[in-house]
Amino acid sequence: MNEDIFEIGGLKLTNRLFTGTGKYADDAVIPGVCEASGSQVITVALRRVDLESDTGNVMDCIPKHMQLLPNTSGARTADEAVRIARLARAMGCGDWIKIEVISDNKYLLPDGYETAKATEILAKEGFVVLPYVNADLYVARACVDAGAAAVMPLGAPIGTNRGLKTREMVRILIDEIDLPIIVDAGIGRPSEACEAMEMGADACLVNTAIATASDPVMMARAFGRAVKAGREAYLSGPGAIHSHAVASSPLTGFLSEG
Amino acid sequence: MVVVINGKEAEIVDGLSVLGLLESRQITPETVVIELNKDIVSSDVFGSTLLNDGDHLEILRFVGGG
Repeated sequence: MNEDIFEIGGLKLTNRLFTGTGKYADDAVIPGVCEASGSQVITVALRRVDLESDTGNVMDCIPKHMQLLPNTSGARTADEAVRIARLARAMGCGDWIKIEVISDNKYLLPDGYETAKATEILAKEGFVVLPYVNADLYVARACVDAGAAAVMPLGAPIGTNRGLKTREMVRILIDEIDLPIIVDAGIGRPSEACEAMEMGADACLVNTAIATASDPVMMARAFGRAVKAGREAYLSGPGAIHSHAVASSPLTGFLSEG
Repeated sequence: MVVVINGKEAEIVDGLSVLGLLESRQITPETVVIELNKDIVSSDVFGSTLLNDGDHLEILRFVGGG
């Protein structure tokens, strides 16, 4: 098989699992997670420095070859997301940005209208914009029109590990949206990431499921393999699904014949 | 003079630069991004950007996130 390249924002990726840096009991496992999963893209958030206590710097734990994908978490409006994105770019780690605009604190569902607005502003400023959205065709189309580099529909609410609850809506996005579809949020098990990839998703972003596993490095390896397996299954062209049995062995030459 | 740093008032000496403030707080300049009165301060002018009474300063950095 020719090398399966995933190109986004001018970068050629050979791995389709994006990872995150949140919720680790110890950030020191992050290099192991990156290595075990093969991931080449990793998310971070931007926050105020704690002036009262000296906490560790997560950047010290991120391997240098990783493409950084800062998010705009904490933003409740498009304007706040734009502000965070510009600050993130000023850190000098590239111009990729994951738009997260959320004002609902219980389910952390993204505001599609504000997300599309922020996408438009930032795409015009040259950002590689990856908006986190509900699995909604119209929101996805608005993000396409706004200049997004990919669309990132949720599988389930952030951090829930509930799986690919939005599978039918994600399937529609895969069918209808010409940009890469990266399933982000809610995926709790490697089998669910595998399923998303089998359906034709271009990549998955997994943070909580890896970070909160008892052995994050082993789980990262499992997710890396699951994403690869799902991708290969998709590329291989799965066979048809039938409602009745279709024999796999020949229906002639039985011992009892004649 | 008094400035507001990350939402909290702080007393600082007159004539302090952004770089001087970071050094006084043991913050490595390369690890942070600064917003002064809603404008981003480029890291190459941290040393020449002086703080004034009433300034609002945000000192941010990357943390773990998904």
